[in-house]
Amino acid sequence: MKEQLNGIRVKAQEELSTVGSISELENIRVKFLGKKGELTSVLRGMGALTAEDRPVIGQLANEVRSFIEGKLEEAKKELMKKEIGLKLEKEVIDVTMPGKRKMLGKKHPLSNVIDEINEVFIGMGYEIAEGPEVEKDYYNFEALNMPENHPAKDVQDTFYISENIILRTQTSPVQIRVMENKKPPIKIICPGRVYRSDAVDATHSPIFHQVEGLVVDKGVTMGDLIGTLKVFAKSLFGEKTDIRLRPHHFPFTEPSAEVDVSCWTCGGSGCRVCKGEGWIEILGAGMVHPKVLEKCGIDPSVYSGFAFGLGVERTAMGRFNIDDLRLLYENDVRFLKQF
Amino acid sequence: MKAPIKWLKDYVNINVSPKEFSDAMTMSGSKVEGIEVQGEEITKVVVGKILSLEKHPDADKLQVCQVDVGNEVIQIVTGAQNINVGDFIPAALVGATLAQGKKISKGKLRGIESSGMMCSIEELGLEKEDYPDAPDDGIYILGKEYPLGLDIKEVLGLNDTTVEFEITSNRPDCLSIIGLAREAAATLKTEFIRPTVSIKEEGDEAQKYASVEIKDPELCPRYAARIVKDVKIETSPKWLRDRLKAAGVRPINNIVDITNYVMLEYGQPMHAFDLRDIEGEKIIVRRALDGEGIKTLDDIDRKLDSSMLVIADEKRAVAVAGVMGAANSEVREDTKNILFESANFNGTSVRLTAKKLGLRTEASGRFEKGLDVQNVVSALDRAVQLVEQLNAGTVCKGIIDCFAKKDEERILKFNTDNINKLLGTQVSTEEMIDIFKSLEIDVDADNFTVKIPSFRKDLEREADLAEEVARFYGYNNIEATLLAGKASSMGKKTYKQKIEDIIKNTMISCGLSEVYTYSFTSPKVLDKIRLPEDSELRKTVVIQNPLGEDFSIMRTTTIPEMLQVISTNYNRRIEEVNLFETSFVYLPKDIKELPVEKPVLTLGMYGKVDFYTLKGVVEELLLKLGITNYSFSPQKDNPTFHPGRTAVININDKYAGIIGEIHPEVTDEFECPERTYLGVIEIEKLIEFSKMEAEYKSLPKFPAVTRDIAMLVKDEIMVKEIEDILLQRGGKILEEIKLFDVYKGKQVPEGMKSVAYSITFRASDKTLTDEDVNKVMAKILNGLKTNIGAELR
Repeated sequence: MKEQLNGIRVKAQEELSTVGSISELENIRVKFLGKKGELTSVLRGMGALTAEDRPVIGQLANEVRSFIEGKLEEAKKELMKKEIGLKLEKEVIDVTMPGKRKMLGKKHPLSNVIDEINEVFIGMGYEIAEGPEVEKDYYNFEALNMPENHPAKDVQDTFYISENIILRTQTSPVQIRVMENKKPPIKIICPGRVYRSDAVDATHSPIFHQVEGLVVDKGVTMGDLIGTLKVFAKSLFGEKTDIRLRPHHFPFTEPSAEVDVSCWTCGGSGCRVCKGEGWIEILGAGMVHPKVLEKCGIDPSVYSGFAFGLGVERTAMGRFNIDDLRLLYENDVRFLKQF
Repeated sequence: MKAPIKWLKDYVNINVSPKEFSDAMTMSGSKVEGIEVQGEEITKVVVGKILSLEKHPDADKLQVCQVDVGNEVIQIVTGAQNINVGDFIPAALVGATLAQGKKISKGKLRGIESSGMMCSIEELGLEKEDYPDAPDDGIYILGKEYPLGLDIKEVLGLNDTTVEFEITSNRPDCLSIIGLAREAAATLKTEFIRPTVSIKEEGDEAQKYASVEIKDPELCPRYAARIVKDVKIETSPKWLRDRLKAAGVRPINNIVDITNYVMLEYGQPMHAFDLRDIEGEKIIVRRALDGEGIKTLDDIDRKLDSSMLVIADEKRAVAVAGVMGAANSEVREDTKNILFESANFNGTSVRLTAKKLGLRTEASGRFEKGLDVQNVVSALDRAVQLVEQLNAGTVCKGIIDCFAKKDEERILKFNTDNINKLLGTQVSTEEMIDIFKSLEIDVDADNFTVKIPSFRKDLEREADLAEEVARFYGYNNIEATLLAGKASSMGKKTYKQKIEDIIKNTMISCGLSEVYTYSFTSPKVLDKIRLPEDSELRKTVVIQNPLGEDFSIMRTTTIPEMLQVISTNYNRRIEEVNLFETSFVYLPKDIKELPVEKPVLTLGMYGKVDFYTLKGVVEELLLKLGITNYSFSPQKDNPTFHPGRTAVININDKYAGIIGEIHPEVTDEFECPERTYLGVIEIEKLIEFSKMEAEYKSLPKFPAVTRDIAMLVKDEIMVKEIEDILLQRGGKILEEIKLFDVYKGKQVPEGMKSVAYSITFRASDKTLTDEDVNKVMAKILNGLKTNIGAELR
C-alpha cells in the first residue's frame, strides 16, 4: 500500500508537470482526488490494514493528498498566469489611433485679448464698466472737450443716427458716464465696440474694439500712469517688455501721450514687424483734461486722474501675427480654431 | 509737414545727424513719419572725363569711349552723340543705381564690353528746368572741371535731407519751418534764430492802389495787403524751387512760388490777385450771397451760400476766403501789378466752407486749425522781401492792414508744486522757466505768470503748461510709480459679467466656437429671413451716413449674420460647424432717445448635428446656470424656422429664446446647408433666472426601485405630455424618469409610436415595497391611458 501511495504521488507529479489547461487540471484532480479517484480507492483499502500500519499509512495518505493538492494549486496559478498573458496578448490595440475627443470650441481672438486685459486690470483693482454703443454725441464729443465744430468730429468720421445720436467712435464716453454717476476714487476699464466710417481693408474696419481705462482720485500723477502702463505691458507682452511715451494731442487729456511697447518680435532691435523701429504704438494715454473733470462735476483742483485706451484688433493682430483684419470678422472656422 | 533740414537751419542750428534729430523731435512731440535723403536712390555715379572716342566696329550709331573715373579708366559703349573727348560727364559705374531703381551692370553692346554708363539729367532723377545747361537730349556735360571720381551728388547739390513730421491738430504753428525750428531749438537746447526781414519798398504808396474793408470781423479778424508793381512773371531761382520741391510743393512761377514759400516758412497761407481785376480797387471781405456763383482756380463753377466768407471787389467775389482764389483775378503771364493777401480767417468757418464745397486745400487745412493773427504782417513782409530778392517787381510803400478784431493777450498763472504734483516729478522752478523761455513764452518769475505767445492758442491753463514742462523734461524721465494708497480698491466682475463669462465658457466646452460679426447690416436681410411686413423687428435704428446700404441699419436680429457666417464656411466646403456669438441687437425707442441694446446669445450649427444637438447645448447651459424651471414648446409659425422643428424656450413662463432648424427658403437665400440649426437666447433672461449658489442634499439612504414601461401612443403626442403625466402621477416617491427608446416601424401600427421610459422610485425614509411601487404605477398607467390613450406594450 505504501508503494501504491508513493506511486500515486509520482504519477500525479508527472501528469501535473505536463498539464496545459485549467480543464485538464480539473481532470487530474478528479482522477487522483475525486470520489472515484485513485487516492480515494487506495484509502478504501485501509480497513484491511493492521492497527499498527493504519496510522502510518493514514499519515502517508494525507501527505500524498496535500502534496497533490499543493501541486494542483501551483499548476493552477501558473496556468492562470499563462492564460491572462495570452488574453492580454490578443487584446493589443493600436494606441496611435486618434483619441475619442469631446471637441471643445474656441474663444474668438478678440475675446482672448479683451479677457487678458480685463484680467490684468482686475488684478490691479479695476472694475469693468460698460456703456451704450449708440450714444449721445454729447458723451462722445462735447463732454470729452470736443465742442461743436471741433475738427476731431470730422477726423473720427462719425456715423450719425440723428442730429445728436451717433455710433460711438471711442469707448471714452463710458468714462463720462461713470464720472457723472460715481464719486472718486474711480478705477475702471471699459472694453467695447466702437464705430468709424472707414472702408473695410486689411487694416481698417468700420467696427472695431477698444479698451479704455480711467483712474480718478486725489493725487494721481503721470508717474502713476506710466507705472500702470508698464505693469500692463509686461503682463500682456511679457516681462521683458518696455514702454515709451511720446507727447501727443488728445482733446480729453493734458498732458497726452502715445505709448509704444518694445517690439514683441525682436525685443527692440528692429525687425519687419516693427518696421525697424524697435517700438510698436499700441496705446493713447494722458492725464484727464481738467475741462473733462469739470464737466463731470469733479473739481480738478482736488482730484486728478489718468486715462488710456488701446485698440483690441491691433493688439490681437500683433499678438497672433494676423496680417489681415478682415479675417477677424469673416469667421472661417479654420481661422477660429487656431486660437 | 515736410521740412528740409537746410531750410530749418536758417532758423536753428542743427548739429546732429538727421536720425538723431528725428528721434529727439519725436520724443518732444513732433512725431517724425519719415526721413527722405535727396538723391538717395542714386549711387555709384561719379565725375568722369572722356579720354577717347572711337566708332563701334559693328554699329553705326554707337561709340566706344574710354572714361577716366579717378582711380581707373573704364570702357563705356554709348549711343549718345553730344559728347567730345575731354568732356566731364556723370559716369555710372558697374553696380550703380539710377532714378527709378535702374541698375547698371557689366554688359556687351554688339560684342564690345561696356562697364558703365554716361548719364543724362533725367537718368539722375532730376529735371531739366533745374539744370538749364543740360541738353534737351543726351548726356549732361558738366560745365566745369571737377575732381575725377567725385560723387556726382556733390556736384549737383543733392545733399539735403527732408524730415516729414506728423503735426497734431492743436499745433498749427508747427505746420511751418519757423514753428518747427522753434520746437527744434527747445528740443536740442540750442538757440532759435528769429526771422529778420528788411524791405526797401521802392514803389509809391500802396494806399493809392487799393483799400480793404472787413464786413464780418467774426469771420475775418484781420486782412492785410501789399502792392507790388511791374512784376516780371518768370521761373523762380533754383534754390527756391529746390526748397519747394523738397517740401513737396510743385514750383509754378516766381509769384505763386513766393506765396507757397511763405506759407511753408511762416505757416501763413497767402494769395496773389492781379490788381487790374480788382474792380473799384477795393477788397471787401463779406459773406457770400445765397446762390452766388464763383469759378475757382481749379476751373470749377461753384455755388456759395451766406454761411461762407468771400473776398470780393465792388462787383463780384474774387476768392473763397481761406479756401481758393477765383479764376477771374488769377495772376497771369501778362500780369503787371499784384495785390498780396495775408489774412486771418475764422477756422471753423473755413472748415465748414471747405467741407460744403468739397474743396479742402492746403490753405483751408491750415486756417481751420486757427492761425496766429500776429503772423499776418510778418508773413506779408517776408513775401515782398522775397519779391525784392528775386527781382520780381517793385514793392510799394506800406501795408494796407485792416485789423478788425484783436486777440486778447493771455496771461496764465503757474504753480511749480501743482505741475509737479500732476506729473509726479520734482522739476525746479528755474528749470520750468527755462523750458517756457525756450518756447518763446515770456515769464514773469516774480508773479509766477507767463504771457502766452499769440501762436500758441493751445496753451489755455496750467495743465497745458504742465505738458510743456513734461515734454522737455522728457516723458520717459518721469519716474514710474504705482497708485500706492490712491484709488485702492478691489477689482472684480459684477454678477452679470460673471454669468456672461459662464455662458461663453459653457458654449466653448460644448464645442461651439465664438464668432464676431458686424452689428450693422442691410435692411434686405430682414426679407431674406422672411420677416413679416408688420414685424416689430423692421423698426430699426437707421444710420444717416452709412458706408453703403449693406451697412445701413443697426441689427434687430442676429440671425442673418450667423447664417452669413455659416454660408461662408459651407461655401468653403467645411463639413462641420458649431458657432456662437454674444452680441447686441438694437431696438429703437423714441427718435430722441437711445435705443435699447439687448444682449443675445446666438447659436448656429450644421454637419453631423440635429435639432437635439442644439437643444442639448441649451440644456447644458441652463443646467450650468442653475435654471430648472424651463420648457421647450413647439413653435409652428416663425417664418424663419422649420414649422415642425422649432421650439420656443420659456424660463419661469417667460419667453427666453428660440431654437430650431432654419426654413429651407431661408437656407436657400443664404446658401446655407439644407439642415442648418440656429438658436437665439436672451442673455438678460439667463442672468435674471440664474441661480449660482449650490446647496448640498444628503445622498439617499434607501435603495431605489426601477420599472421600465413601453407604450404605444399616437405619433403627434409629444413626450412632454407623457412626462407631465409621469411627474404628476408619480407623486413623492418618483425620483427620475429617463426616456430610453422611441420607435416607429415594424410591429408598430401606422400613425403610432412606441415610447419607452425607465422610471426610478425611492423614498427618503424607508425601503419601498413592491406594493408601494405598484400602487403608483397603476396611477401612472391609468393616467397615460385616459389622458393620452396610451397602450402599454
